Amino acid sequence: MVQSTGGIGGSGRGSGRGVLDRRSILRGALFGAGALAVSPLLAACGSGGGGSTDTSKATGTVTFGSNAAVPQPKGAYQTLFAAAEKSTKLTIKPNWVDHNTFQQNISSYLQGNPDDVFNWFAGERMQFFAGQGLVSDVNQVWDTIGGAYTDAMKAQSKGKDGKYYLVPFDYYPWAVFYSKSLWASKGYTVPQTWDQFIALATKMKQDGLVPVSFTDKDGWPAMGTFDYLNMRINGFDFHIDLMRNGDKWNSPQVKQVFDTWSELIPYYSPGFLGMTWQEGAQQLLNKQAGMTVLGLDQIGTIFTGSRADDLAFFAFPEVNSAYGQDAVEAPIDGFMVARSPKNKAGAFKLLEYFGTAAAQQLWLGSNPADIATASGVDTSKYTAPQNAAVKLITGAKQLSQFMDRDTRPDFADPVMLPAIQKFLNSPKDAASIMKNIDQQAKTIFASGS
Amino acid sequence: MTSTDLAGADAAARRPSAARRPRRVRRLTGADRTVLGLMAGVPTLLTVALVWVPALASVVLSFSNWSGFGSFSSIQWVGTENYKNIFTIYPEFPPAIEHNLLWLAVFFCLPAPVGLFLAVQLDKQIRFSRIYQSVLFLPVVLSLALIGFMTELIFSPTQGLINNLTGHAHHHVIDWIGNPSLNIYAVLVMACWRQTGYVMILFLAGLKSVDPSLKEAAALDGAGGWQTFRHVVWPALRPINIVVLVVTVIESLRAFDIVYIINKGTNGLELLSVLVTDNIIGEASRIGFGSALATILLVISLVFIVPYLISMFRKDQNQ
Repeated sequence: MVQSTGGIGGSGRGSGRGVLDRRSILRGALFGAGALAVSPLLAACGSGGGGSTDTSKATGTVTFGSNAAVPQPKGAYQTLFAAAEKSTKLTIKPNWVDHNTFQQNISSYLQGNPDDVFNWFAGERMQFFAGQGLVSDVNQVWDTIGGAYTDAMKAQSKGKDGKYYLVPFDYYPWAVFYSKSLWASKGYTVPQTWDQFIALATKMKQDGLVPVSFTDKDGWPAMGTFDYLNMRINGFDFHIDLMRNGDKWNSPQVKQVFDTWSELIPYYSPGFLGMTWQEGAQQLLNKQAGMTVLGLDQIGTIFTGSRADDLAFFAFPEVNSAYGQDAVEAPIDGFMVARSPKNKAGAFKLLEYFGTAAAQQLWLGSNPADIATASGVDTSKYTAPQNAAVKLITGAKQLSQFMDRDTRPDFADPVMLPAIQKFLNSPKDAASIMKNIDQQAKTIFASGS
Repeated sequence: MTSTDLAGADAAARRPSAARRPRRVRRLTGADRTVLGLMAGVPTLLTVALVWVPALASVVLSFSNWSGFGSFSSIQWVGTENYKNIFTIYPEFPPAIEHNLLWLAVFFCLPAPVGLFLAVQLDKQIRFSRIYQSVLFLPVVLSLALIGFMTELIFSPTQGLINNLTGHAHHHVIDWIGNPSLNIYAVLVMACWRQTGYVMILFLAGLKSVDPSLKEAAALDGAGGWQTFRHVVWPALRPINIVVLVVTVIESLRAFDIVYIINKGTNGLELLSVLVTDNIIGEASRIGFGSALATILLVISLVFIVPYLISMFRKDQNQ
């Protein structure tokens, strides 16, 4: 509303026909400048909320910001929305955005005119934006849905202030994946420890396979291996501490992670820095490669149909017996509510529905790449890898998210992504790379938020 | 541009009045004044609002530390710390500068002369000239993002054309995209492919405007092909040369799309434009740091633009 005042002020006295066009452009510019100037003001007057909202009388339209513009998840969401509209009597107005674009624009999106409910992730990545005061707490929703969630899941849905900000929906584990039929034909057995893992990789190399179909052109897949190595070598607490505080990057512990990692690099796919994860997954599907460290969410979309049950996995091997295979990397996707939604009661009512096992199972449908976060899902409809995933995750002592969800967004991609690529190019330079990460981490984490 | 045009118009308006015409013509009516004022004023305002204000704002913000969240009062002023960090502890910066300069050097050495060569050949009215012209110009029509995608199809280590044709797809893989000392050249091959067509069409337009009678006269005087080109055509191409020069500089400094499509501009494909984007547009931005990078890019652009402007203005004064 305030923006338009700027527009009118700019239009003033107009004269001359040909110029009118340009003037309107100019007005547009002023309009834009007005909007820019006003947004911080709007930020300041966002109400702090408080008090509960009566969701039983919620009606009308709830807008939904979705990061699932591609056909596969989009179709599942459309099915879910149709069922949700029937169940809640609300109208859902989705706004489909490409996955990466959505993430890239999240800060301006949340500060601008966000949808009532939107897709987001657990972990620091959620806490960071909650800490900026850009989202509403959803404690009230949890009063209703809380019973269906484990304590680990509850912990991952809370901000640093102890309030709930996320309603988890689906998640999936990272693990070491392989093709059951290939392993059966070669007689390989699941390794428990790092030494057995390396021995198996050596054996696969002798058999003419690519032992580990690792790829890192995208930059993020390697983060999963770092996370696991760090949790196996230094334990979950050290890992999370490193991710949240960023103050121990130049330490002997991290050095050991990189040193251990360099033992594995010779077994990676040739040309791995020039390949996408899909190309690597293809090597596993075509039985050119023996195993891969990836998320079920990715590899599960490659092994589909009749091949779905050929996909198997084991937990990332133990390196330090003190920490065994305790921690599991299991990124959680879910929903958040904007700071001042237009239909708060409707948003909460919708989330109460999304938080049920029934809604999650409906969304999962035939999707073999994720599992539901709520308990009470009919697991007989799961594929073998999905059931194994449930077992792996429920047996975990701790859950991590993923590097780009566990650490600050302005550190993960700008600093860690290129640093890890650099390390993979020249593992010998680990020491200087770590020193540099440490220097950059100190300036970024010191800048606060 | 605007100022020179106006100066020209002004001069044109004045000259006849000084010679013969009565004063009436010299005086502008009120409407003329308004129109002229608006013609000069509106573009100036737009330039100031859309070019100078953002540019200066970037320079100012480059001395700050700001996440882009909250009001302007949350901006912390940190002096030259961003610049210090860029030059000391930002490992992507030196390769980015190196790649931008490499890009510039390659664009000067390959597409520019090759484009000129092709233009001269096509100007000779050879048969199927139009077809060659279209084929060579076609890449310019494609977006750079699409060319980035084509780069992947051709150079991808296991699924790409080159490695599969030469038998490097499965054994002794040559990692054209992932090897940080190779991939920039793979990208440059594709960028040059496009740029050559662009330069060619510019020179071709210039060659069409060379008076054919000049060439005939040279031929009558017994000049050979090279001599005609060297002494008649080349001097006539001077204005086009400047355009090509500017286009080359601009295209190399703003290079972005190809590398961003390939691997988001990391691992051997760092460019200044990518670093600016990475730090400013992202989940959480480091606006001060990114602005400092943008300011450095601005300074580099000025190094090329200022001498050009100086020579342009000097020429105007001489006339």
